[in-house]
Amino acid sequence: MVRSLLPTILQTLLHGLTVLLLPPLLPGLIAKTKALMAGRQGPPVLQLYYDLAKLARKRAVFSRTTTWVFLAGPVGGVAAGLAASCLVPFGHTPAPVSFEGDVILFAYLFGLARFLTILSALDTGSSFEGMGAAREATFSALAEPALFLGFAALAKATSSLSLGTMLAFPGSLATRFTGPLILILAGWVIVYLAENSRIPVDDPNTHLELTMIHEVMVLDHSGRPFALVLYGASLKLLVLGALILTPALPRATHAWQNWLAFYLALGGLAVAVGLVESSMARFRMTKVPQFLVAGVLATGFAFLLMLV
Amino acid sequence: MLPDLLIALTMLSNFSLVATSRVAKAIQFAVLQGVLLGLMPLAMGLGRHFHIVLLAIAAVTVKGWLIPFLFRRALKQVHIQREVDPYIGYTVSLMLCALGTGLSLVLAHNLPLKAGTEYTLLVPASLATLFTGFLLLVSRRKALTQVVGYLVLENGIYLFGLLLVEDMPALVEAGILLDLFVGIFVMGIVINHIRVAFDSTDTRHLAELKD
Amino acid sequence: MKLYLLALLAAAASGVPGLWMRRRGGEVAVGLLGLAGVLGLWASLAVLSGGPGGSFAIRTASLGTPGLLVVDPVAAFFAIPVLVLAFCGALYGLGYWEGRRGNTPALRLVYGLLVACLVLLVAASHILVFLLAWEGMAIAAFLLVMAEDREAETRRAGWIYLVATHTGTLFLFAAFALLARTTGQSGFAALPAGLAATGAGTALFALFLLGFGFKAGMLPLHFWLPPAHAAAPSHVSALMSGVLLKMGILGLVRFLSWVPDPPLWWGGVLVALGALSGLLGVAFALGQHDLKRLLAYHSIENIGIILLGLGLGTLGKSLGNPVMQTLGYAGALLHVLNHSLFKGLLFLSAGAVLHATGTRDLERLGGLGQRMPWTSGAFLVGSWAICGLPPLNGFVSEWLIYLGAFRGLGLGRQAWPVVILLSLALIGALALACFAKAFGAVFLGLPRTGAGAGAREAPRVMLLPMGVLALACLAIGVAPLLVMPALGRVAEALGPAAGAGLSALGGLGAISGVALALGLLALLLWRWLRPVPQAGDLPTWDCGYAAPDARMEYTASSFADGLVRGLRWALWPVVHRPRVSGWFPRLTRYESHVPDPVLDRAAAPSLRLTVKGAALLRVAQGGALPVYLLYVLLTLLVLLVWMVA
Repeated sequence: MVRSLLPTILQTLLHGLTVLLLPPLLPGLIAKTKALMAGRQGPPVLQLYYDLAKLARKRAVFSRTTTWVFLAGPVGGVAAGLAASCLVPFGHTPAPVSFEGDVILFAYLFGLARFLTILSALDTGSSFEGMGAAREATFSALAEPALFLGFAALAKATSSLSLGTMLAFPGSLATRFTGPLILILAGWVIVYLAENSRIPVDDPNTHLELTMIHEVMVLDHSGRPFALVLYGASLKLLVLGALILTPALPRATHAWQNWLAFYLALGGLAVAVGLVESSMARFRMTKVPQFLVAGVLATGFAFLLMLV
Repeated sequence: MLPDLLIALTMLSNFSLVATSRVAKAIQFAVLQGVLLGLMPLAMGLGRHFHIVLLAIAAVTVKGWLIPFLFRRALKQVHIQREVDPYIGYTVSLMLCALGTGLSLVLAHNLPLKAGTEYTLLVPASLATLFTGFLLLVSRRKALTQVVGYLVLENGIYLFGLLLVEDMPALVEAGILLDLFVGIFVMGIVINHIRVAFDSTDTRHLAELKD
Repeated sequence: MKLYLLALLAAAASGVPGLWMRRRGGEVAVGLLGLAGVLGLWASLAVLSGGPGGSFAIRTASLGTPGLLVVDPVAAFFAIPVLVLAFCGALYGLGYWEGRRGNTPALRLVYGLLVACLVLLVAASHILVFLLAWEGMAIAAFLLVMAEDREAETRRAGWIYLVATHTGTLFLFAAFALLARTTGQSGFAALPAGLAATGAGTALFALFLLGFGFKAGMLPLHFWLPPAHAAAPSHVSALMSGVLLKMGILGLVRFLSWVPDPPLWWGGVLVALGALSGLLGVAFALGQHDLKRLLAYHSIENIGIILLGLGLGTLGKSLGNPVMQTLGYAGALLHVLNHSLFKGLLFLSAGAVLHATGTRDLERLGGLGQRMPWTSGAFLVGSWAICGLPPLNGFVSEWLIYLGAFRGLGLGRQAWPVVILLSLALIGALALACFAKAFGAVFLGLPRTGAGAGAREAPRVMLLPMGVLALACLAIGVAPLLVMPALGRVAEALGPAAGAGLSALGGLGAISGVALALGLLALLLWRWLRPVPQAGDLPTWDCGYAAPDARMEYTASSFADGLVRGLRWALWPVVHRPRVSGWFPRLTRYESHVPDPVLDRAAAPSLRLTVKGAALLRVAQGGALPVYLLYVLLTLLVLLVWMVA
């Protein structure tokens, strides 16, 4: 009995290890790509690991205005992210936890992370954090429909409500529904860029208050809480990336092939994000809502195509 | 024969009521009308029913003695002799009363009443009296004269109710008598209050009470 | 049944001893309400866990049917929020209202009568009993709203409430009259099949929807809600928002349970109204800066969610799909319970803030999290639940509705599943923004004015009910499987196939698992953060400004500004911009608010217009008595001539 369960246990173990260990690699890849595109050497790809280790040793500074809510942001972000990662299949490998209706739990776990991050930003009583929190609340309200419309379209195509089956269906989507799938993925790429505060929505390297969204919400964190913040951000890159990559990957016969394909695709995604960041400038703040609405329209159109 | 006579006298008294300008005379005519109408059931030959006899006696007592008594008391309190400057002049009122009588004759002819009603003059007379009462109410200024108009109005309704007196005598009579008595009673109080409030019973002052 | 009646009597009598017991009247009232709660809950839980319902009748021929009161699963389910919130509110009122004005004994008496009317209403199974209890509830609520009638704003709110609730009652009278005429009996019983598709059925649906919609606060019949809930004392607001609105839903649930074959468009109408109420409710809440008005608009939003669920269930019933029926109705019913719990919690904590600071204005508060830690924790739990975030109870009910809508997607090419999905998604995102604004503006950051600086934590008697409600929210959120059997039984009343398989939903167990995992992870991470020595007492980083001030904080209006401006085509905010000119501009003011669309932009102006138009008719009312008599005469003549001609 254990032998028949062995593959499942191994898959789950690999899934967990990926979730715990892989995320900090992604920002490193993005940064390296951007550096190379700009003609520089750039930081090593493993830089974030070193940063996290360094931050874990440092002391934290708390403003006298803050309460325990200030720490709830980083903690909630990582906890919700880890919980959500159990629901997502990485490529065509099974997700550890899969049940009907887990898409909604997935989306709302990220909502929880966002809620706690916004609250921890407001806790400092600074106008910068308030600004970032307001923008984050506004833009995520526009990004939610895109996510849900994409889920609706996929649910209609696969007649299933579990993330595992919705995303990693047996190949038929690629043949019959290529058009809608491309639209869904386009919309979700826009959501990906928005949620992870990448150019063209937000510049992760800027510190000008006129242009910050996510960066400014974590301005006051330091030490271990800041380590959690950075780790949570990279975790989001991984999990939302899995959401985009899984439908796009072709299905292979062996499990190790699926895993390898996923890792390679993830690396490719990180490099692609780096390329996008290097070739575009940030949008003006007023154009960001239009950009997000374009994402909503893409997924909405995909859903309509599913209806006919 | 006798009922027709009484009815004709009633209609004549309508004209006199409208034409006079002295309040005491108007009251007298109204009382006369009331007594005539009180005697109507007996004249219609329904004297064989004992309760109708009783009711006729009660009607005559109230309309012939009680109401004039109340009126004289009110008259003594307000010290007026004549109606001054009514809204509609006396000549015009007379013409309107004639018009109303003619109209009521026409209407009564066309009303969908039960065929075979014996007293063909009853319905027109009642409508005419009704109209006269309304005319008095609308055109006169003094509160007392308006009460007279109200009395006449009630007379008209009573006359109409005589059509039913055989079937439902008590109901008709009691309702009307009660109506009448309450009207006089309330009017008496109201007139006194108007006089106390405005030091006059000219109802023009009542317009000051408007919102 | 006897327990239920005893609970009713205890609730009605709860305020009576207070009339002569000056000192201990409050405690006695709370005690009696607690007794009522225990008895009633015992009876309810007995029915919900499969026991037989009881029925109460008086044997008179004139009243017709056998039952006046029936404690069936629907009644038992709706009685739970009534009794729980009534007790919590009364306990809270001990600390909140005592000694504030001379009318405390009267307030307690009317509160007890209100609870008694509610207990009567949920179990009513005869038209007369229902209407009697309905009127009693409306009048008692009006008296409670006018508790602080020295303020003009409270009086206005009370009058608007009275007018609105009686308009709704008029519709209900018409509806019940029509019902009695078509079915020929005056008790609550199922309608004959095929009636729903006829004109009478449509009329019944419309009248009931209007009548109950007024009470439930469905847009556009919601205009009485924000003023009334803001003006009432906070524990009364909690009861009103948590329970009275649900009585409208109770009426709709009862009506839907009588109809075995609703037409498809009924469900569509419910979904449309639910989406409208939900989206506009939360949009308007974003623009408010009065804390209690904000919470009132969120009640409208949650009623929208409940209507979405009811619509989904009705659509499932029409299409003969038992799964959709189950999920829709169960989601709506669970949201009824959940909303009463977390909205009650939110109103109680808002009341604690008002009690401590004396103001409800978000722009004047701030920084209360450090001075009132328990209240802020309670408000956080309430906000967490109302945004529908896991692992609390709001998520479970919304999840059920989502699941039903997703299932509906597979049924061909209709629009309503995606309408439900999109509405719920948008509502969730906007509610998150709004409550981040509310919680942040009140409890986080620095105090913006002196009102916040002098606040003290609420007394324990006010904290205890908040704790009870918060624990209930957490319990349902973490262990939803506990309530599923009872929920299934209630959903069965709405449709015979509904209620099946609720406990078999694998997702519920997984939700509990994820909730526990979340808790565990959070605990571990917290412990990892803990042993970090803090470096001194420092201010927030201020980018080098020499004198950072509390006024430099982001205000609530600024937080919501992006969304309000984006939604201005729906909200029509009124903004008074300052004129800033010259090198050294003078002191000037900026003011913005979002008036209610129905009340301030439609109802009030049209009433003013009607009054102006009616003033034109004043000519006919000269005041001269003869003229009026002339009118009577002319009418008589006209009628005579008309009759003859």
